[in-house]
Amino acid sequence: MKIAYRTIEGRSRGYFALFGVLGLFVLAGLGAAHHMESEGHWITGMNNQIVWGMPHVFAVFLIVAASGALNIASISSVFAKTAYKPLARLSGLLSIALLAGGLMILVLDLGRPDRLIVAMTTYNFKSIFAWNIILYNGLFAIVAVYIWMMMEGRFNKYSRTVGMVAFIWRLLLTTGTGSIFGFLVARQGYDAAIMAPMFVVMSFSFGLAIFLLVLMASYSWSERPLGDATVKRLKNLLGVFVAGVLYFVLAYHLTNLYATEHHGYEAFLLLGENGGGIYSNLFWIGQVLLGSLLPLALLYHPVTGKNRVMLGFASVLIILGGLAQMYTIIIGGQAFPMAMFPGMEVSSSFGDGVTASYAPSTWEVMLGVGGFAMSLVIVTAAVKILAFLPEDLSDEIADPHTASKST
Amino acid sequence: MSDQHINSYRRRFLGGAGALAALTVAPGLLLNVVKAKPAAEAVSNTTRWGLLIDANKCGEGCNDCVTGCNEEHGLKEIHGPATDAQWIRSVTVRDTSTQHVTHLPMMCQHCESAPCVDVCPTGASFKREDGIVLVDKHTCIGCRYCMMACPYKARSFVHEHLTEQKPVAPRGIGTVESCTMCVHRVDKNGENTVTACAEACTHDAILFGDLNNPESDISKRLEKEGGTRIRADLGLNPGVRYQGI
Repeated sequence: MKIAYRTIEGRSRGYFALFGVLGLFVLAGLGAAHHMESEGHWITGMNNQIVWGMPHVFAVFLIVAASGALNIASISSVFAKTAYKPLARLSGLLSIALLAGGLMILVLDLGRPDRLIVAMTTYNFKSIFAWNIILYNGLFAIVAVYIWMMMEGRFNKYSRTVGMVAFIWRLLLTTGTGSIFGFLVARQGYDAAIMAPMFVVMSFSFGLAIFLLVLMASYSWSERPLGDATVKRLKNLLGVFVAGVLYFVLAYHLTNLYATEHHGYEAFLLLGENGGGIYSNLFWIGQVLLGSLLPLALLYHPVTGKNRVMLGFASVLIILGGLAQMYTIIIGGQAFPMAMFPGMEVSSSFGDGVTASYAPSTWEVMLGVGGFAMSLVIVTAAVKILAFLPEDLSDEIADPHTASKST
Repeated sequence: MSDQHINSYRRRFLGGAGALAALTVAPGLLLNVVKAKPAAEAVSNTTRWGLLIDANKCGEGCNDCVTGCNEEHGLKEIHGPATDAQWIRSVTVRDTSTQHVTHLPMMCQHCESAPCVDVCPTGASFKREDGIVLVDKHTCIGCRYCMMACPYKARSFVHEHLTEQKPVAPRGIGTVESCTMCVHRVDKNGENTVTACAEACTHDAILFGDLNNPESDISKRLEKEGGTRIRADLGLNPGVRYQGI
C-alpha cells in the first residue's frame, strides 16, 4: 500500500504550547550565551584545566545523536528494508535538527563566536576539528538533498544513491567526532583508536532513542495511528545498540585495565579514587545502571516491552545515560591529572598533579538545554511545514507483511 | 617671486628630502650594525630557538621567572588562579621512591611537532620557521582544542575583558595564549636575546639560544652536559630542554 505523507495541522493549543515552551528554552540558551560572551568565560564553571565544559557535553551528544538519527533512513534506502521506509523522512529531518542544535551550542561556546567566518574559511587540514567543520556542513547539504529526493516523486529513484552517500558520510562524521578525543595523545583518558567506532555505536543508540521518543510523541499528539509492529521493530533495534555501546565501553576499559600505565585513570573513573567520585558514580549509576541495564530490561521484558510509556521511559533513560557517558568522557578525561612526569608526585600553582574541579554554571546548562530545545523546535516547525510524517503508520499500512502474519 | 625666495624654498625642499632619505636608509644601516633581523625579513629555519633550564639551580619556592614573565607581558591576577593566565609556572616534582625533590619552571615547550599546531582548526596556532610556537590572535576562534591537546598544559584561555595590555604582548578575550619565548625580544636582539624569565632569574638557571648553531652557548652546554626533554616519549622534540630532572 502506498504511504501517504501529510503535514500536521499544528493549530491546537497543545502545539502552540509546545512551541512556546521550547522557544523559551531556546531564548534562555541564547541569553545565557550572550551573557557568557559579554562577560567572558570566567562566569562559567570552565577554567584553564577544564576547558570544555557542560556545553560540550550537550553539543557532542547532539552531534553524535544527529548522525545516529539518520540510521532509520539508511536502513530503508541502503539496506532496502521497506518496513523502515515510511520513517525515513523523519529520520533525515531529525538528523539535521539535532546537528543544528549541537552546532548552535558548540559555536556559541567558542571564545570568539563572532569569528565563525574564520572557521569556515581558514582551514588547517591536519586538524580533525577542521575536517569536522566540513563533515558537519556536508551532512546538512547531503541530508537536505536526500530528503528532497525522498519527497519529490520524480526523484525517488535517486534516493537510494543519495542515501548511500549520506550513510557513508554519517559514518565518517561520527568517526571524526570520536577522533576529536581519540587523537589526543596528551591525556590518559583519550588517545585510543576505539573512540571512533565507539562513538559510531553510541550514535546508533542515542539517535534511535531520540527518534523513538519523537516518533511516539508526534503520533500520539497528532492523534495519528502508530502500529505496534513499527514500534516493536525499533525498540528491539534500540536494545541491540544499547548493548553494542556497552560492549565497546567494556573493550575500552579492559584494554586500559591490562596496561599498568592506565591503572591510575581506571581507578579514578571506575573506583572514584583520587577525587574521581563524581565520575565513577556517573559511570556506574548513570551510564551503566540507569542508562544501559535498566533500559535493556525495560525494552526486552515481556510486559514493559509492550508498554509505550515504558518504552518512552527507557528512551529517556538512554538519553540521560548518554549525557552521563559524555560527561565522564569529556569532563572526566580533562579532570584526571596529566602524566607529565610519570611516576612522580607533582604540584604547582596551575593544578599540576591534582584532579581538576569543575562545577557547571547555570549559564552553561542553559546553553546546553537551549541547543536541545532548538533541535526540537526545528522538528516541531518542520513537520507542520512539509510532509515528513506518514498519515497512518498502523500495522496494516506501514508493515503489511508482519500485520498479515499476526492476523 | 624673487630669486632669493626661490632659493630658500629650494633649500628647504632639498633639506626635507635629504632628511627623509636619511630616515629611510638609516634603520637599515643601524640594523646591520647590531646584526638583528629587519622586521620585513622572514624568519628562517636555519635557527631553532630554544631554552635550557638547569633545575639544579632553581631555588625552592623561587618564583622570579614567573614574576618576570608576568610583568613583561602584563599578566595580572584577575579572577583567581583557576582562570588567570599563567604562561610560566613553577612546578615541584617529587620522586616518590627516593623522595628527591626538584623545582622547575614549566612553560610552552615550543615543540617541533607541536600537537597544538596540529589540532588547531584555523591554523591560528602556528610554529615559526625558527621554532617559536605562537597563537595568531586574529584567527584564534577560542575553541580551546589546543589546550586539550597540549601535553604540557602550557596554554591559558583569556576568560575576561582585558585592559592596559602591553604593546609587546597583544592579548584579548576569548583567545588562547602561551609563552612566546619573548618573541618581541628575539626579533629585536637575535642570538643576544635574554628572555624575560631568564632576565628575572637570580639563579642563572635559564639560558636562551640557537639549538641549530653548534657554536652557541646552549648547544655547547647541551653537548657537554646533556639535557632532557619532558615527555620525550611523545616524540615532539620540544625546544625547551632541562637539566637536573
